Amino acid sequence: MEAVFHWISANEQMVYILILVIFLGFIIISRVPTVLHTPLMSHANAISGVVIIGAIIVMGRAASDNYVALILGFLAVLLGTINVVGGFVVTDRMLEMFKKKKT
Amino acid sequence: MGVSILAIIYIIAAVTFIMGLKMMSNPASARKGNMIAGVGMVAAILGTIFLYRNPDGGLLQNHIWIFAAIAVGTLIGVMAAKKVKMTAMPEMVSLFNGLGGASATLISVIEFNHLADMGFPVDASSAGTLGIIFAGVILGNITFSGSIVAWGKLSGKFKDFAFKGQHIINLLLLGASIALAVFIISDLQADTTTMLFYVVFMLSLVYGIFFVLPIGGADMPVVISLLNSLSGLSAACGGFLYDNKVVFTGGILVGAAGTILTVLMCKAMNRSLVNVLIGSFGGGGKSTSTGEQGQHKEISLNDAAVVMSYANKVLIVPGYGLAVAQAQHACHELEKLLEAKGVQVKYAIHPVAGRMPGHMNVLLAEADVSYDKLLEMEQANEEFPTTDVVLILGANDVVNPAAKTDPGSPIYGMPILDVELAKNVIVNKRSMKPGYAGIENGLFFRPKTSMLFGDAKKALQDLCGEIKSL
Repeated sequence: MEAVFHWISANEQMVYILILVIFLGFIIISRVPTVLHTPLMSHANAISGVVIIGAIIVMGRAASDNYVALILGFLAVLLGTINVVGGFVVTDRMLEMFKKKKT
Repeated sequence: MGVSILAIIYIIAAVTFIMGLKMMSNPASARKGNMIAGVGMVAAILGTIFLYRNPDGGLLQNHIWIFAAIAVGTLIGVMAAKKVKMTAMPEMVSLFNGLGGASATLISVIEFNHLADMGFPVDASSAGTLGIIFAGVILGNITFSGSIVAWGKLSGKFKDFAFKGQHIINLLLLGASIALAVFIISDLQADTTTMLFYVVFMLSLVYGIFFVLPIGGADMPVVISLLNSLSGLSAACGGFLYDNKVVFTGGILVGAAGTILTVLMCKAMNRSLVNVLIGSFGGGGKSTSTGEQGQHKEISLNDAAVVMSYANKVLIVPGYGLAVAQAQHACHELEKLLEAKGVQVKYAIHPVAGRMPGHMNVLLAEADVSYDKLLEMEQANEEFPTTDVVLILGANDVVNPAAKTDPGSPIYGMPILDVELAKNVIVNKRSMKPGYAGIENGLFFRPKTSMLFGDAKKALQDLCGEIKSL
């Protein structure tokens, strides 16, 4: 138990961010109309690709003879990029069609 | 200097993510919101490559490898995103989501190897780090294998699959993964640590598969949204590992947003999340006896054309059948023809019509249908009593009266479109086969209902032809 308390106090900033962002996420999304649920999901999906930054750090840190880390890191950056780029482009394609039409 | 600039870039990127999500709440600002978040992401990525400093003060290395991976990934991502048909959008989102999860898992694996190389120092912080690594692996793997299964099921490559007691096995799989993770952390110096790590890796991968496989038809949107939320959390684990606040914020933001979206969707179907996850909706092959099956009657194209041309108001109820047949353009064509004849045409959109929430809105938007014409369920239900003809295009479960009348039906309690309040109901379907959820639909046997069999696109084109020649 003491270890858990210690861990929380050692990571106090992160815990604050965690709590505040959870509330923020809840509040922002409760106002989205059903019409936009698919693009919203796709947009959120693209943002979750932010993990690519972690992948880049891993790769950039790897010693140039640590092939396991290099190969895994390469894959992580590659997959993360597909997630980010594909996600934003697909969302944009969907939203492009939501322009107000004159009938 | 560089480090401070990077910190500012990260803060701005986090703000763009929040702004982007916020601007998604309005169709007019949504596209701009998506671009703003995209720009923030690019800035954060470039900033990391050139400005990030390791704890020992060194800049990142291996730039060639990093840029090669980004270049190939961008190429694949753009190609896939540009090529995919609007109807296959849900699968694509699911697949992208799975790749993000895989990326988070890989990071955790590398960090685990890193700790292993240091011989697992025994202190509170490395136990905490290992806990986050396990969370990242478990969440990332569930996201990856679950999303791949969801992708396969939506694109028709895998069938629903459930066996007796599957929920118990699922719970055991998940429980075993977590228990093993806790066990490993409690004794870092054991010889088995590395081996057991990969056991957890495999267990969570298998859990993801079994978790999504039995979930059928109408519940798929909920699962994709849930997986999206998990991928956010797995990304947040990566952010925690590197004490990187933008990754952490982005991940948690998506996790929270995905969770609330999942709950909203469950509410739209009037079911609890637990019920969706263990309900095995449609996958278990439970047959419900509606007891009211009788004769259905067919309507000829010509009759259908006449009824619709002389109506005052026509409401179109699109469903997945419209999506598979790529019939959205033909549908818009019909709308224009009828409007030219003075008929008021609108669309009634059920929140879970299709395979994803808002799926129909995107499809119809692609065919240039103005979004003022799309009615949400409550509005549509108010309009049905004054509607002359309801044209149902490949929708089934969302108009099934069993949801209101048959307590034994798996969809009992889900709000539906009350199409029966209209004067006439025309149902276009390929055959009398039950819908994706595998439930008979009593609506098709009602006196007001007539069936127009055939592929939605072909039927609509023929209908347009008939109306022109009237």
